[in-house]
Amino acid sequence: MFSFRINRKAILAYLVVSLSTRAIAGNVDDGRALAYDYEKGNCLACHAAPTDELAVTRANIGPPFVNVRQRFPERGLLFEQIWDARRSNPNTIMPPFGAHKILSTTEINLIVDYLLSL
Amino acid sequence: MKKIIIIFLYLILFPVATSNQEDPEGVRQFFLKVFENNLPGVAVSDYVNGAMIRSADALEQFESIMDFPPFQGDIELGKAIWETPLPSGATYADCLPNRGVNIAGHYPIFDEQSKKLISFEMLINDCLEKNGGVAYSFDDRKTMGALTAYARKLSDGMSMDIKVESEGALQKFEAGRAFYFKRIGQHNLACASCHLTHGGKYFRDELISPAIGQPVHFPVFRAGERLYTLHMRYQRCMEAVGAVPFAAGSEELNSLEYFHSYLSNGLPLRASVYRR
Ligand code: HEC
Ligand code: HEC
Repeated sequence: MFSFRINRKAILAYLVVSLSTRAIAGNVDDGRALAYDYEKGNCLACHAAPTDELAVTRANIGPPFVNVRQRFPERGLLFEQIWDARRSNPNTIMPPFGAHKILSTTEINLIVDYLLSL
Repeated sequence: MKKIIIIFLYLILFPVATSNQEDPEGVRQFFLKVFENNLPGVAVSDYVNGAMIRSADALEQFESIMDFPPFQGDIELGKAIWETPLPSGATYADCLPNRGVNIAGHYPIFDEQSKKLISFEMLINDCLEKNGGVAYSFDDRKTMGALTAYARKLSDGMSMDIKVESEGALQKFEAGRAFYFKRIGQHNLACASCHLTHGGKYFRDELISPAIGQPVHFPVFRAGERLYTLHMRYQRCMEAVGAVPFAAGSEELNSLEYFHSYLSNGLPLRASVYRR
């Protein structure tokens, strides 16, 4: 009985860890795809991502995606920036992706996961 | 109601970011100053090269395409339409000012009688109708598109020369300017967001052309084959930001063209060129 309980815990712990890391890796890939997609984020139209080898762009309109974690220690603020960049800069040319329903909450969260991985 | 008043006040107090210059020449100088900053070392006369401004390779390729344009057939089609007599027996040359030579750079013109703008395309439709024909659609590539691809070339080399000389004309200019700075579409972007503020920067892998130098070379042939009149190109950019485009030939796009063309005053026309 005892050993079964330990096993069960171990298995559960393993499952939780492996599923969540797998889920996060999946989020990063999905977020990357959304960020690249011309019909979705199309973030690469304005931002370069110099540390992401897959990102092909010459964009220099917005700041490059580097050290995003340091720039945005709070995930919420990063989400906000994508949801409606006008809140931090009323004259911004960055589209209000959430406020104008270009991207859903889920999609923005996936993009946030991707950005935080850079 | 209170909300409406607040929004109204807001609009009066904080109009969209524009130059403070009210007179057309002041606005043009303001644009020039921004580009001088964004495109250091590039001569104003080179702005006509648009997205190719920064690339000697692209320019070389451009000139070699222009030596034997793949769209020559469209220009020939336009020439044939131009030379075919209208139902009255007159030709376009008989009907247009100066036989249609070296005139395109004056249009759109503000007509003091009708208080409307007259574009080069409207001038052509006017000829057509006065001589027993039926006006072409402003976005028909095979008629208006091809015809102007030829007819505008008869003005190659003349300088853009748009005049804003009356109160009525100034109103149209201001309407065009307001449009240029108005944020539109799902992406909430104005023409000025890209072609003024970020003219000379890269949008993905495309250099954004500065507003000055754009209208002098229309129609263009994108990918060397697909004809776009200036209004059709405006529509493409409107669609790209998720806005519903105004119709080609509409008063809105005429005003936009009036303002936009004024900015290029002094630059030489060269119609029917290759664009990516
Ligand atoms: C049309 C241009 C444009 C597009 C498209 C765009 N941005 Fe931006 N972005 C900007 C500009 C310009 C800034 C600079 C700050 C400002 O003006 O708001 C910015 C700022 C940012 C910042 C803050 C950077 C910092 O270090 O402060 C983040 C994060 C960001 N953008 C993410 C995104 C993401 C994610 C997307 C796609 C979903 C995107 N942007 C699409 C233009 C754009
Ligand atoms: C999101 C950025 C963006 C916005 C907003 C935008 N454009 Fe563009 N526009 C481009 C890009 C990119 C091109 C293709 C590269 C080039 O030639 O500049 C282009 C091309 C053009 C061209 C063709 C230039 C040429 O030489 O062939 C014209 C004209 C033009 N735009 C006018 C407008 C007008 C008018 C508006 C507003 C209704 C507008 N654009 C809004 C990005 C934009």
